[in-house]
Amino acid sequence: MSLQLDFPAVLERWPNFLAGAALTLELAAFATVFGALFGTLAAIGRGSRSSLIAGACKVYVEAIRNTPLLVQIFLVYFGLASLGLKFSAFIVAVAALTINVGAYTAEIMRAGFEAIPRGQIEAAEGLALSRLQIYWHIILLPAIERVYPALTSQFVLLMLASSVCSQISAEELTAVANYIQSDTYRAFETYIIVAVLYVILSLVMRAGFWGLGLVLFPRRRRLGTPL
Amino acid sequence: MGGHLNINHLMFLGQGALWTIGLSVIALIGGGIVGFVIALARISPLKSVRIASAVYVQLIQGTPLLVILFLGYFGLAAIGLKVSPLAAAGASLTLYVAAYLGEIWRGCIQSVPKPQWEAAEGLALSRTQRMMKVILPQAIRIATPPTVGFVVQIIKNTSLASVVGFVELMRSGQIVNNSLFEPFAIYAIIAVTYFAMCYPLSLFSQRLERWMGRGRSNLAPA
Repeated sequence: MSLQLDFPAVLERWPNFLAGAALTLELAAFATVFGALFGTLAAIGRGSRSSLIAGACKVYVEAIRNTPLLVQIFLVYFGLASLGLKFSAFIVAVAALTINVGAYTAEIMRAGFEAIPRGQIEAAEGLALSRLQIYWHIILLPAIERVYPALTSQFVLLMLASSVCSQISAEELTAVANYIQSDTYRAFETYIIVAVLYVILSLVMRAGFWGLGLVLFPRRRRLGTPL
Repeated sequence: MGGHLNINHLMFLGQGALWTIGLSVIALIGGGIVGFVIALARISPLKSVRIASAVYVQLIQGTPLLVILFLGYFGLAAIGLKVSPLAAAGASLTLYVAAYLGEIWRGCIQSVPKPQWEAAEGLALSRTQRMMKVILPQAIRIATPPTVGFVVQIIKNTSLASVVGFVELMRSGQIVNNSLFEPFAIYAIIAVTYFAMCYPLSLFSQRLERWMGRGRSNLAPA
């Protein structure tokens, strides 16, 4: 069989590709926001004085970081079903991705917390800032600023990892590709197009986070951080 | 349907776990060799080589492994190249691992202190001699903890080979589940098995990092 590529035949399904890409971004956006919150809480929990809370957070982080996302998604999917709870594939996908990225965020945030010099916290105490003020201004915001590049590349990885959600029939980009290739018998062209779309999505996300970083952290702007 | 988890099922899962390890080893060796070339290409004196390797890394790191796997399995089959699931999974993982290991190792090579490079040059060592005798021996020390850490990622990522029908741990779990239909219990067993493979490596990587951290101080420029 001679090699014959027919990209137009696949490209005419562009509305499907676009819808898939939009859903992928939507999945990534929800999981990023929830995962960032969840992960930050877990990172704070790991530093808790209660050894029960600290231990629970450590177990959560290690269990997630040492098992594949695919297994986690199936566990959430069938776990909820066995409890008699019926959710759409989208909700299950967001839940599984949130749990997953939360563990990685927790580990990154913990590194950020540990990098805060002890003296700054003592200085804040000396200036009679309240506990909440210290946490917000002296610990949390500077920590986020410090680990911002690591956090954002984790969120881009999350967007790519969301392709695994095609396995529980969430209609994101990879699922759309599977559907189109079984329809057109043009697997090679379909997956090349999808790969290009993912590269574009990850570049868009990175540029977006870079811009957001300039707005959120004026100090970074003065340092001239690379994209 | 029906029936209970018995010794045969567990044997089957064990066999799957062995294939997970086998595929991880293939990906590590293949990806390690290609990744080493990528790492050297990224710091090559030739601009075209640097750009080409940077583009490769960006493309692979911007694409999900699942899509690379589908491209390797269904994509190549569609244009007339029939490959086995093992070959497709092995090749896709090799390309994927190479991009990440290449970047990790490039960072390690470049983090060897600048005076070491200059001293080697001052001693009139050739480029190859400088790399082999001065830079790489130190870079390997720096690279060991992150590389062991990345092996955990490789093991986890081999689970995706299940979607192209390669019978590793995840796929063998799905097959057992098809006959027993107790998904939660079976996937829990699978998760625990992955954890048992990955967690010791994670701990080992952390410990190496601490040991090396102590030794690194001797490497700092005077």
